[in-house]
Amino acid sequence: MSDKKLAKSGSTNAEYEYEGGLAVIAPDAVKDPGLEPHRTRMTDKSVKHEKAAARQVAAMFFASVVGSAFAIYAYFAFPLTEDLGTVRNNTLLLGLGITLGLFGIGIGAVHWAKTLMPDAEVSEERHQTRGTDEVRARAVEIIKLADSESGFSRRKLIRRSLYSALALFPLPAIMIFGDLGPNPGNTLRHTMWKKGTRLATDPTGTPIKASDVTIGSVFHVIPEGLADLEHHKLEEKAKAAVLLVRLDPADLKESDERKSWSYDGIVAYSKICTHVGCPVALYEQQTHHLLCPCHQSTFDVTDACKVIFGPASRPLPQLPIAVDAEGYLIAQSDFNEPVGPSFWER
Amino acid sequence: MSFMKNRRSPLAAVIVMAAGLALTGGGYAAATAAVEAVKPVSAVATAEQISEGRKLFLANCASCHGKNAEGSKAAPSLIGVGAASVEFQVATGRMPGQASGPQLEKKPVQFTEEQINQMAAYVATLGDGPAIPTEEMVAANGDSTRGGELFRINCAMCHNAVGAGGALTEGKYAPALKGVSALHIYEAMVTGPQNMPVFNDANLTPKDKKDIITYLKFVEENPSAGGYELANLGPVVEGLFTWVFILGFIIAITIWLGAKSN
Repeated sequence: MSDKKLAKSGSTNAEYEYEGGLAVIAPDAVKDPGLEPHRTRMTDKSVKHEKAAARQVAAMFFASVVGSAFAIYAYFAFPLTEDLGTVRNNTLLLGLGITLGLFGIGIGAVHWAKTLMPDAEVSEERHQTRGTDEVRARAVEIIKLADSESGFSRRKLIRRSLYSALALFPLPAIMIFGDLGPNPGNTLRHTMWKKGTRLATDPTGTPIKASDVTIGSVFHVIPEGLADLEHHKLEEKAKAAVLLVRLDPADLKESDERKSWSYDGIVAYSKICTHVGCPVALYEQQTHHLLCPCHQSTFDVTDACKVIFGPASRPLPQLPIAVDAEGYLIAQSDFNEPVGPSFWER
Repeated sequence: MSFMKNRRSPLAAVIVMAAGLALTGGGYAAATAAVEAVKPVSAVATAEQISEGRKLFLANCASCHGKNAEGSKAAPSLIGVGAASVEFQVATGRMPGQASGPQLEKKPVQFTEEQINQMAAYVATLGDGPAIPTEEMVAANGDSTRGGELFRINCAMCHNAVGAGGALTEGKYAPALKGVSALHIYEAMVTGPQNMPVFNDANLTPKDKKDIITYLKFVEENPSAGGYELANLGPVVEGLFTWVFILGFIIAITIWLGAKSN
C-alpha cells in the first residue's frame, strides 16, 4: 500500500521526483495501518443508551453546580480565624468545591462530545509544503511592493541606522552577564577559621571549654566572632560550620600527621558535606557514624571522617584544634583543604 | 498508653527525694569533671529504696548488665549513667530489652513508677550521673522561638524540624517526638540514649533545654496550617504521593480523553 502511495504522490509531483542512484531504498518497515473501521456507538444504536448518556452529561454539569455552591458554602462555614489551623479546612474545602465546579464542566463537555455529538471520522490530507507558482509569484510581488513603498533599498541612511540599532540592542544583555561574577577568587579555599580562633556554640557564640565536651557529646560550632560580622555573615557561617565530637581516644584511628589535630579524643570536622554541601550532622554516638541527611553519605568519625557509604567522594575536612591557656578550644589554623563540594580547579 | 500517667508520679517521688536530700544533707558526691555539668538535682533515695532497687536490678537487669552493673558483651555498663537514664529507658519501655535489633524500641512499660524509682535510685548509687530533672525544669513555659532555633541547630537533622523523626543508618532511626513527655525529652538530652549524642548543660543549658521542650510542645499543640502533613516526613512522602496518585489521576484522565466512546 505504501509503495502504491509513493508512486501516486510521485506522479502528481513529477518535478520533485529524484533518482535513487545506487542507494537501496527500503520500503517502510511499519505499514500505514490506515483508519480503523468505524464502530457504531451504543448511543447511536439504542435510544435507551442515548438518554442515559444525556442524563450522565447533565449529572456532571449538576455536580459542577453542587461543587460551586459547596465552595461558596465552605468559604462561609469554615471561616478564617486567629487560629492558624482554620486555614487548612478553609482552603482545602474551598479548593475541593472549586475543583468539582470546574472539573464537572470539563468532563461533562467531553462526555457530551464523545457520546452524543456526531462521531463520523474525517481525514484531512496535509497540503504540499511548497506553494503553487502563482502564490510564490504573488509573494515576491508583495515583498517588492513593500520594498518600493518603504524605500528600504533606496534610503541608505535609514537602512544603515536600522542595522546599527539592531546590532547594538542585544549588547546590554551581554553586559549583564558580568553580574554573574565577580570570580570567587580564593574565597572557596578559605574560611573564617585562623590560628587562635575560639570554637563557639551555634547560635549563641559562647566559647567552648575542652572540659565541657563530655564523651558522646556533639557540639554545633561556629567561629567566635561570627555574630559580630557586619557583612556576609551567612556565607561565612556556611563555610565555617563545624561539628565537634568527643570520643574515647582509644577509638580514634589517627595518622601521624593528624595526631596533633585532636585534643584528648575531641575532634572537629567541617559540617559541610563534600558531595553537594548539605550540613552533615546526624551523628550516631555508638557507631561514630556521621550521616548526611540529603543523600545518605556516611562518614566514619573514628577514621578521619572517611566516606564509608554514599555518593560523597572525599572525607570531611578536619579542623586542627588545640586548647588555650584558659582551657578554651581554639583552632590551630584554617582547614587544610577547601570545605564543601568539589568545584572546578579543585 | 498515657504518658501523663507515667509522668506525674515519678516527679512527685523526685520532689520527695529532693526534700530528703535537704533534710539529711548527705550525698553521693564523687563527681567527675565530665559529668558534673549534667547534674540538675542530686537526688538521694532512702536506703530501703536502694536495696529494693538492687533486688529488682538483680532479678531483671543483671543477666545482661552484669551483677554489679559492670556491663557485658550484650549490654553496656550502667556505672555512672545516672537515675535519669534508668528512668528514661525503663519508663518508656525500652528496657528491659525484648529482642536484639538495630535499636531498642518504645514498648509497654514493664514496671510501676515505684519500681522504676527504686531501680533508678540503686543505679544512681553506682556512680554519679544525671539525676531525674525536677518538674520545674521540664515545664513548657520557656521561649518557644529560641527553642525552635536551638532545635533546628542541634536536633532537627535527625528528629526533623517539627520532631517527626527520621531515618539513620542501617535500620536505626531517630524517633518522632510527638507525644513524648517533657520529662523524657529532657532525660534523653542529658543521657544520650542509644545512638543519640549527649547534650550536657555546657552544650545546652537547662534554660536551652526548657526552651526546646517549650518549642516541641508548641508544635505538638498547634495544628499544621498547610494542608495534610503526610506524617511530616517531607519531600519523599510528598513526592511519592504526587507521583502515584496525582500523576496516576492525570494519566487516567488523559487515556479517557483519547478513548473512543463505546
